[in-house]
Amino acid sequence: MQATQCDAVTEIVENAFAAGATEIRLDWIRRGPRLEVTVRDDGRGMDAETRRKALDPFWTDGAKHPERKVGLGLPFVQQAAEQCGGSFALESAPGRGTTVAFAFDLANVDAPPAGDVAATLTELMAYPGAADLAVRRAEDDRTYEVRRAELAAALGDLEQAGTLALMKQFFSANEAEIRNEVQHGEIDAG
Amino acid sequence: MAKLTLADLKKLREAKHAEMNPRDAAHKDVQIIVGMGTCGIAAEAKKTFDVLVDELDKAGLGNVAIRQTGCMGLCHSEPTVEVVVPGMPPVVYGKVDPDTARKIVNQHVVRKLLVNDHVYDKPAADIVRK
Repeated sequence: MQATQCDAVTEIVENAFAAGATEIRLDWIRRGPRLEVTVRDDGRGMDAETRRKALDPFWTDGAKHPERKVGLGLPFVQQAAEQCGGSFALESAPGRGTTVAFAFDLANVDAPPAGDVAATLTELMAYPGAADLAVRRAEDDRTYEVRRAELAAALGDLEQAGTLALMKQFFSANEAEIRNEVQHGEIDAG
Repeated sequence: MAKLTLADLKKLREAKHAEMNPRDAAHKDVQIIVGMGTCGIAAEAKKTFDVLVDELDKAGLGNVAIRQTGCMGLCHSEPTVEVVVPGMPPVVYGKVDPDTARKIVNQHVVRKLLVNDHVYDKPAADIVRK
């Protein structure tokens, strides 16, 4: 299973990009000791048979590695969620997209640590694929939302190192805000 | 601290553009590609990606492209990073921990010298499309 909560989110969002989505919505919400993540895409979706196989660690659609027989992303997330008293659900239909929802009980000793949320959102916003990724983050009642299209309008090419550094600054500031943390050093936006 | 808004971000971007120097422009066709498949993620490729961003930004190489891709077939040697510098053959590096990532920036990109002991040359044979 994945080492951090961020790794689990990355796996699922990357799958949504790979499904050829035009719109991906990531809700990444912590309320008290419960973390709930939902990733909805309008990509190609899966039929019942494929949906079942997708949870088998020794199955892959063969698109990336024709000769290899592993596909660990989804099964690992399911395992991580169920092992810490959380939940996991996969809904999908051909042509209608896929929704993956998982939850962790953060009070459970087996819950993975958070990881670096700002760095993770920065990477996901720059992940290759045409989809517009909309993110909603919440820590208890504090929240922020941003879309990839808005970041691209403000910053230009999201794959450049300088832009990525600014994006990370944006997410770090917003994460600190919703976690009620004081950040040292003011950001001078001139 | 006040929330950083999209408008603030735009201003920061404009300020950054204004201070771009000619050295920066010389690296605009450099590409660094990080393997972000399940195997990469498990080996902390996200940390590698993050260090590459910080190190390039610090070195004033803000216009180098950092892209993400899936597994390059070298799951035994993750994190893997491909570096494409004009005038040099593309190189796939393996086991790129944060220290190696810093060397890739300061040695391969800046000084055009390979980072020894991490060169895997190219992706695994069974995933290269014929």
